[in-house]
Amino acid sequence: MELVFEGIGQAFWLLVSGDTAAWRVILLSLMVSGSATLISLCIGVPAGTWLALSRFRGRQVLVSLVNTGMGSPPVVVGLIVTILLWRSGPLGILGLLYTPYAMVIAQFIIALPLVTGFTMASIQQLDPSLRLQIMALGASRWQMVWLLLRETRLPLLAAVMAGFGAVISEVGASMMVGGNILNQTRVLTTATVMEVGKGNFPLAIAFGFILMVLVYLVNSLLTHVQQRSRTR
Amino acid sequence: MSKQILSYRQAGGNTPKLHRHFPPHIWGIAATVLVLALAIAGCSSPAASPTTTSSTTTIAVATTTPPKPANPDIILASTTSTGDSGLMDVLLPIFQQKTGYNVKPIYVGSGQAMTMGEKGEADVLLVHAPDSEVKFMEASHGVSRKLVMHNDFVIVGPASDPARIKDVKSALDAMKKIAAASVLFLSRSDNSGTNQLELKVWKAVGIDPKGKSWYQETGQGMGATLNVASEKGAYTITDRATYLATKKNLSLDILGQGDPILLNIYHVIEVNSNKSTKINAAGARAFADFMVSAETQQTIGKYGVDKYGQALFFPDAGKTEAELGSK
Amino acid sequence: MKNESTSPQVPALEARRLSVALGGVEVINVPSLEVHPSEVLVVIGPNGSGKSTLLLSLALLLKPTKGSISYNGVAVEGDRAALRLRRRLAVVFQQPLLLDSSVRRNVTLGMQLRGVRKKEMESRADKWLERFGVSALKGRQARNLSGGEAQRVSLARAFALEPEVLFLDEPFSSLDAPTRQALTDEFEAILRETRVTTVMVTHDRNEALALADRVVVLMRGHIRQTGTPGEVFASPVDEDVAGFVGVENILSGRVESQSGGMASVVVSGQHIDSVSSLPTQSDATVCLRPEDITLSPETSRPGATSARNHLSGHVVRAMPMGAQVRVTVDCGVQLIALVTRRSYEDLHLEVDRPIVASFKASSVHLIPRR
Repeated sequence: MELVFEGIGQAFWLLVSGDTAAWRVILLSLMVSGSATLISLCIGVPAGTWLALSRFRGRQVLVSLVNTGMGSPPVVVGLIVTILLWRSGPLGILGLLYTPYAMVIAQFIIALPLVTGFTMASIQQLDPSLRLQIMALGASRWQMVWLLLRETRLPLLAAVMAGFGAVISEVGASMMVGGNILNQTRVLTTATVMEVGKGNFPLAIAFGFILMVLVYLVNSLLTHVQQRSRTR
Repeated sequence: MSKQILSYRQAGGNTPKLHRHFPPHIWGIAATVLVLALAIAGCSSPAASPTTTSSTTTIAVATTTPPKPANPDIILASTTSTGDSGLMDVLLPIFQQKTGYNVKPIYVGSGQAMTMGEKGEADVLLVHAPDSEVKFMEASHGVSRKLVMHNDFVIVGPASDPARIKDVKSALDAMKKIAAASVLFLSRSDNSGTNQLELKVWKAVGIDPKGKSWYQETGQGMGATLNVASEKGAYTITDRATYLATKKNLSLDILGQGDPILLNIYHVIEVNSNKSTKINAAGARAFADFMVSAETQQTIGKYGVDKYGQALFFPDAGKTEAELGSK
Repeated sequence: MKNESTSPQVPALEARRLSVALGGVEVINVPSLEVHPSEVLVVIGPNGSGKSTLLLSLALLLKPTKGSISYNGVAVEGDRAALRLRRRLAVVFQQPLLLDSSVRRNVTLGMQLRGVRKKEMESRADKWLERFGVSALKGRQARNLSGGEAQRVSLARAFALEPEVLFLDEPFSSLDAPTRQALTDEFEAILRETRVTTVMVTHDRNEALALADRVVVLMRGHIRQTGTPGEVFASPVDEDVAGFVGVENILSGRVESQSGGMASVVVSGQHIDSVSSLPTQSDATVCLRPEDITLSPETSRPGATSARNHLSGHVVRAMPMGAQVRVTVDCGVQLIALVTRRSYEDLHLEVDRPIVASFKASSVHLIPRR
């Protein structure tokens, strides 16, 4: 138990003393997971909307894929991205392995099904007649999509939380495609694992603690927005 | 009545359309956003700054601007002990400052490091599995192999020493006693240099421990395996550097050491550039040269003295394996 | 169809050879339908008859498989034209379908989509929320409204659009009875006052009677009858329509004699007089609404009433239904009569009680049968 307090103390010390490496690790975690979540939103929200609103052959297959993807193990995603990005792999020419880009790609792939699935579910739970009503009010196709998304803004925030929470706390893929390189691809989760490997438990706990605080802060911010718009 | 609308939508095909569809240019927009976001992540990530200093160990480095090599990225596949002991955190910033190369160290077992070399996924290796290394060189996967340093392996276990190996001089005898007493022994089983050495020792004493109840495989790195051994009160073989660096959190003592078979020798290997067009041969050469340079050798020799009261590694550049007394 | 308008006016809305197939099955097939300016057209029909599909097609929310829809004589072609026209219409559905924002925002949204100026928007919203008695709710969140309140906002939203044609799809059917009655009355007054061209779909024939200038009966996707409520309810063209508009006594008979527009029909041995020009010896379906039958005691045979038909029989069954009682009587033919609870008690209409069923010849509607 002592270790935990020592770790939490160390966490505060790292933050307060402005430890460059620790702050880099924190910022990189936010950068990588933030970008991955942002990109997955840019693609997942339209994709989820499209899957929810259209009917075409093969849609069921895509929906099943999305649902499977929502539960796909990050470490498998990491493995596949690693193989793709290997110098000898199909995307090796890009030289992205062991860079933050590779981590963004892997985390994006992890978050995309979550965001797509949540978007799809939240639009499908709306009354189908609402679409007709919005069209009847005089909305063009795009205005309708926009208004429907506005209707689902609260569940969509849950999608953001789920996506961001999944990728920032993910370790397997980040370790594999990023390599846990100091100042380059070391994020909170990989740093924690590494410090455990070194037997440096207080520091591991410190990183773990910072990670939890970070996830808590982001989620409480989003929850705050959600609650405010609910009661407004 | 919306029921009809629903059933209609499920039908698809040659049915009437609601006044809606998605134009294809949405994918264009999405792609643009993707590229932008990647650019943001890249610019703000500290990737391309070789002058950054490590925090865990602060080193004074010259503040001259480093040269800018044509191909600045090097992938170094290095054994976990060089990472877990903190040595690379000291050496790499110096190398980057001096040469402008940006080293990406990937800490894996020696076995995986050599596989990465074989596939051309790494430019330069720092490994400690001499027998495999020789085969690696014979297959011309590498172009040069230089002795960098050594330390030694030690047998560690709980202070109570249930197998009574503490006063046994020979490592082989110690291992025999552990087997005879059926006391829990942990193997990394990850084809790392340490694991290969351990298997070599078992082979030398003529014991096949696989499948024995007292023989457990962690499949993890050295630091993690030491943690497990400490928790379970088990014996294991570790390199001295990792043991010393992590000792303060362990309840493990050194119970066997000093046998020539326990010598742990590190070589730097430049991967053959015919493995992949992306091999950074010049960078690999620069790194290998750096590792055996007099200045680096001096740093290696001093590393850990202030913290652990003894050096973790002994610089050996220019020597031969025979001179170290192994084999 | 019969009852084509003879006025030279261009119809506000007109459908030609309209066919909608859903999942390969034809749901509606309407060769021709016109809605005249300022009229209230009510489409009635049983559930699943295609009413809503017809309404969605007319309101340009569902592209028909075949056929054309014209507004003011101009056929609507293409998505852009459809959108432009939709911005001149308004639709109210069975559910209020308000968006998750304030009441005010809900009412102004459609106007905003149509480019109404801000000031105008506010004043129209105020006016119509006031008119539907919900101006106090203006600042409330739509999700916190009761069902009745929400439907009032939904109606205000539609009227604030000042549509050229107003479409209503069962707008009152999800409300509880008292709310429905109050809102139907207010709505009728507003409809008469604005004279907005209206197409309404309902399965409730009382709503149709109360609101319609013209009624269209839709069954299994086909228009069976068009006419004023009086025409449709008094003279259904076939048994299906008769059944749907509330004719509960549908009997088959044969015209035995015909003299000057008065036909005498024999039904199961009983003679029934009917105002009809059907010729002698033709087979006919006899339609008689239960509320048009008067029951009286066997003893006091009335001679003074205008009813020409008097059939003796006895009560078979009596079933109370709210303020009224449905009494089944056997007079050689089984008839269903609707009497007030009061007269049910006064006449002691228990089972096996002998009675006389009387009804006017003009209440008996004959449909020729082949």
